[in-house]
Amino acid sequence: MTLVLVELDASGLTEVSREAVTFAREHPVGAGEVHVVVLGEPSEEAVDQLTAYGVDAVHLVTGAASETYGGAAWAAGVSAVQKATAAEVVLAAGTERGNEVLAHLAAEREVPFAANVVALTSADPVVVHRQVMGGSVLEETRVEGIPVVLSLAGHAVAPVPAASPSDPSLTEHEVDVPEVARVARVVSVEQAGPDHSAGLKSARVVVGAGRGAGGPQGFGPVSDLARILGGELGVSRVVTSLGWRPHHEQIGQTGSRISPEVYIPCGISGAIQHWAGCASSKVILAINTDAEAPMMTKATYAVVGDMHEVVPAIVAELESRGHHA
Amino acid sequence: MNVLVCVKRVPETSGEVLLTADAQEVDARYVGYTTSAHEECAVEIAIEVAGATGGTATVMTLGSADAVDQLRAALGVGCTAAVLVEADSSAFGPSDVAREIAAVVRDHEAAGTAYDLVLLGNDAADTGDHQVGIRVAHALGRPVVNGVTEVSADGDAVVAHGEGPEGRETYRVPTPAVATILEGGVEPRYPTITGRMKAKKVEVERRVPSADPVGPGRVRLLLPPAQPSSVVVLGEGKQAAGAVVDLLEKLGVAR
Ligand SMILES: Cc1cc2nc3c(=O)[nH]c(=O)nc-3n(C[C@H](O)[C@H](O)[C@H](O)COP(=O)(O)OP(=O)(O)OC[C@H]3O[C@@H](n4cnc5c(N)ncnc54)[C@H](O)[C@@H]3O)c2cc1C
Repeated sequence: MTLVLVELDASGLTEVSREAVTFAREHPVGAGEVHVVVLGEPSEEAVDQLTAYGVDAVHLVTGAASETYGGAAWAAGVSAVQKATAAEVVLAAGTERGNEVLAHLAAEREVPFAANVVALTSADPVVVHRQVMGGSVLEETRVEGIPVVLSLAGHAVAPVPAASPSDPSLTEHEVDVPEVARVARVVSVEQAGPDHSAGLKSARVVVGAGRGAGGPQGFGPVSDLARILGGELGVSRVVTSLGWRPHHEQIGQTGSRISPEVYIPCGISGAIQHWAGCASSKVILAINTDAEAPMMTKATYAVVGDMHEVVPAIVAELESRGHHA
Repeated sequence: MNVLVCVKRVPETSGEVLLTADAQEVDARYVGYTTSAHEECAVEIAIEVAGATGGTATVMTLGSADAVDQLRAALGVGCTAAVLVEADSSAFGPSDVAREIAAVVRDHEAAGTAYDLVLLGNDAADTGDHQVGIRVAHALGRPVVNGVTEVSADGDAVVAHGEGPEGRETYRVPTPAVATILEGGVEPRYPTITGRMKAKKVEVERRVPSADPVGPGRVRLLLPPAQPSSVVVLGEGKQAAGAVVDLLEKLGVAR
């Protein structure tokens, strides 16, 4: 049986949590059941989705473990449910939170933890493929432990509801937390401000700009294009390390991971570490002076040319056809 | 505050990635090595916290003798002591590395230098394990804040900020503590000439691992199959604008 830690947002279950539940269903271990553990109160939408995604049981953690977020405290909740259910595998989406909670669980139980898994190739013993080097290389890894602890890389599988909805059982677990695990918890949250990258991560359109922008003044036309398309501006690491734009706009291995309908990288070479953050875009339309740049050969569509000429021409064309910000 | 900051030597792979013949490692002979990006920021934070509190910043790594380059880089920007646990880091899994870091902390404490704060990168650029810092905290019985971009000292506590799903989060934890850093909150500084000269003179403490490693569980590395390019070139220069807008309209993203 696999126990999946799911995360909730305003829409119910986060997309990557739906991916994790799908992955658990597609890769059965033991009796093949899928149980989920939820910290905090799930909304009605979330409960409907859990049913639609065919989970066999829902475990609600209440008590100290489910109070404001703390990695160690949440892990205590997950650990208690794992012990109560004897789940062979504990899985979560490989978000910052998912990885943090699972790392605490694995450290506490003294078992290995494989992060960013994309495939399970054997269930006994558990062998997985996981992303390393920012996703450009896969590592085949054996994971031994009771439980086996795994996080799933974003978009490793598509989220698919079950063939038929389930009628999950519901169990509450009141979990207390040892003192040391209570200490590191969020004490306050400032609601998303202008420098929050959540917009970038969930945007339908992202216009990217790299070194080709040429300097801090070079972002006007790309910002205009982003605005007209109702999208966000994203940049490469060169741009943030030169101080041309703030870090929260960075896409990549050490920046945000985006998955828009359309990504338009302008003057970005497409280094592996940048690609790690944009590979799950549905369509990539690259604009670059160098037709051989990796971004240009990996893209769906390309325009060969100077972004300082091409982007303003696109903006003018959009406006002449009546598309405005 | 005395700060210990942990760094890792990783292959610099902006271009093509090659594997060694036995598929156990990335072949970095031609591309060189660098420090993991998150850890460059951790080094900066270590220097700032030590400076603001009249404490010290010590850098450590577990790796080959060549990893001294990464230690010198941190010494060049303001760390004042360095520790090399000399070992084949590929034989060390995340629990092994955490145990060695904890051993350095305990041994130095026994010898009179206690670290109020241990800083690490959130995840290394090569292995992406996402757990070494948390395992260090468990080994030492200390609280850990994870994935933060800013850390400052506040009396007997550290205040840290990071980005959560709903916005900017604040943590306040009593020291001694552990924190893992993500790139983005601070600008790593460049070494000055005097910094580099000083760095050369610092004697690096060399140690051997405290125990045999369990290992990372790695069976082998695999390169994803190369995708044949199927790019559609819409045109060159300004003339392509019409075709681009046709496409954006077709995709339904031009509103
Ligand atoms: C540990 C580590 C982590 C990293 N994390 C990230 C990360 O999160 N995100 C990230 O982006 N990078 C990251 N990098 C850096 C990455 O390796 C590259 O250096 C970086 O992505 C390159 O940025 P760039 O494409 O803007 O610049 P360059 O590689 O310099 O490419 C510029 C491109 O612009 C084109 N160009 C130039 N002028 C014009 C013009 N006028 N019009 C059109 N095209 C033009 C050129 O042909 C070229 O293709 C990381 C590196 C390391 C070592």
